[in-house]
Amino acid sequence: MVSTQARAQARTRKPVARPRGPRPTRGYRVFQVVNALVLTGVVVVTLYPFLTIVARSLSDNAYIVAGEVNLVPRGFNLTAYRVVTSDPTFWVSYRNTVFYTVVATLVSVVLTTCYAYVLSKKHLRGRTALVGIAVFTMFFTGGLIPNYVLVTSLGLKNTVWAIALPNAINVFNLLVMKAFFESLPVELEEAAAVDGLNTYGTLLRIVLPLSKAMVATMVLFYAVSFWNSWFAAFLYMDRQDLLPVTVYLRNLIAGATDATQTGGGLGSAGDVVQSAATIQSVTIVLTILPILAVYPFIQRYFVSGIMLGAVKG
Amino acid sequence: MAAPTPRSRRTPWLRALRRDWQLYSLAVLPLLFFLTFRYLPMLGNVIAFRRFQPGGSLFGEYWTGLRYFRLFFTDPTFWSVFTNTLVLGALTLVFCFPLPIVLALLLNEVRNRALKRFVQSVSYLPHFLSIVIVAAMVLQLLSVDGTVNQMVRAVGGEPVAFMQQAGWFRTIYVSSEVWQTVGWGTILYLAALTTVDGDLYEAARIDGANRWRQTWHVTLPGIRPTMVTLLILNIGTFMAVGFEKILLLYNPLTYPTADVISTYLYRVGIVSGNLSYAAAIGLFESVIGLTLVLSANAISRRTVGTSLW
Repeated sequence: MVSTQARAQARTRKPVARPRGPRPTRGYRVFQVVNALVLTGVVVVTLYPFLTIVARSLSDNAYIVAGEVNLVPRGFNLTAYRVVTSDPTFWVSYRNTVFYTVVATLVSVVLTTCYAYVLSKKHLRGRTALVGIAVFTMFFTGGLIPNYVLVTSLGLKNTVWAIALPNAINVFNLLVMKAFFESLPVELEEAAAVDGLNTYGTLLRIVLPLSKAMVATMVLFYAVSFWNSWFAAFLYMDRQDLLPVTVYLRNLIAGATDATQTGGGLGSAGDVVQSAATIQSVTIVLTILPILAVYPFIQRYFVSGIMLGAVKG
Repeated sequence: MAAPTPRSRRTPWLRALRRDWQLYSLAVLPLLFFLTFRYLPMLGNVIAFRRFQPGGSLFGEYWTGLRYFRLFFTDPTFWSVFTNTLVLGALTLVFCFPLPIVLALLLNEVRNRALKRFVQSVSYLPHFLSIVIVAAMVLQLLSVDGTVNQMVRAVGGEPVAFMQQAGWFRTIYVSSEVWQTVGWGTILYLAALTTVDGDLYEAARIDGANRWRQTWHVTLPGIRPTMVTLLILNIGTFMAVGFEKILLLYNPLTYPTADVISTYLYRVGIVSGNLSYAAAIGLFESVIGLTLVLSANAISRRTVGTSLW
């Protein structure tokens, strides 16, 4: 991509105007066209997997097996959707995902807000140490095994707390929120103190109402990450009726790969794998759907959150 | 972090506590979280030096010294997964670090705002997907009847069982990583690009620099702090290559290239129950990770004057 740009530039001998300048040179116009093509390529490559999964979910098995389904559904039917949506396990796992996401997000947002607020108070004695305690964990962690031993011996297995507690505070999110609180005018809280509000009152009645957008961003950050997470549940949930939808999907994939292996791989693997392919596609579609539905609205918050975090860095 | 305040201006602890006890009380639960779920597991690594009995003490039963470390240093599988970790980490760094910069530069040249916003929105999308979904998509696209094999067939080739061949794993891993992260990775660069001073371009143009030279001499130095910071962070996660994705994508047939330290210690520790042995491997991995980030940070502070703290 860079070389294309270089070549487009090399063709022009004269000093080239910035795009905002009066007259783009021929070389720069060629580059613009190439650039547009490259970016279109990026869009196509990004969207293609989604479209092909949707097409597969709506197609007839026979066409999938024959390798004839890419972007357009062949032998259109909704059988696979009916099969998946009539599976009670699917709905149980969906309900679990919603439940885990709500509980874990609530815990995370409350803890993150409290700690970020404390860290944002520049006058506080010991603040540097409190920040350090959090930041150090970004670079050094106990690792999988001690965490596993800990969660198991605390008796958190098969409870929502195995998912919510070990990841309650994300230090990046914490720093984002801390940077936001630091940007609020000090006078507001001084005025609150003059009005006789204590720290809790100031936080609840003055600071939080001013931070609605920030709190919303935090809720989204955490909710998306808990909605998407699977490994904690995979590790700590032993019972089928406790699994979230991500693990449900993971077990489907694992089942399919196992079948491919035992079936001797190519061609001979046959129906088991193929029917799993349609079912998998449908499950993928149904799992992505909520994310896709809210994506246009939440994207903005994510981008501004990332920027705020980066300023602090 | 803030510069240390001069001693004379510090409030004495007792006064600070009396004045700010309500603030401190808000920090209690978060601190409890950090101590229990972050620092206690660090101490829990002591089981790497002790015999651990399932159901017994969190910190093991009796000292075994360096027994478990000696075990894995002489374990050929360990060295194979160690190499795989380095290779996958290096490949990820080589592709996933520079590509967002290239994409950001290209996006920066787009005049049409609607087009730019559309490309951005689309390219951010994969970031929001669960790794399980990405893995499921990869499996579908690369299955015998999937898109890639349709293309192989179209040019007259024989279908390939990509997921069953060790030779393909690295390509698959890195390209799916690029697919999921490149768009999102542009955000910080795009923000940095808007802060580059327009007068510098003007000056470069008067000096006779063409567009390419302007990019090289003005734009890239302008976003260098962002590049360095992200490079250090990338190096910090070098050893922690996508454990979850590998766990979802690999199988015994692809272990020769796909098995990394974290997946190996998962199988040894949690699947087979040799927790002390796995903890020793994990501790080794964390220490290397910490060393990497500290040295990258120190080097960058000396050479380009940018550091994380």
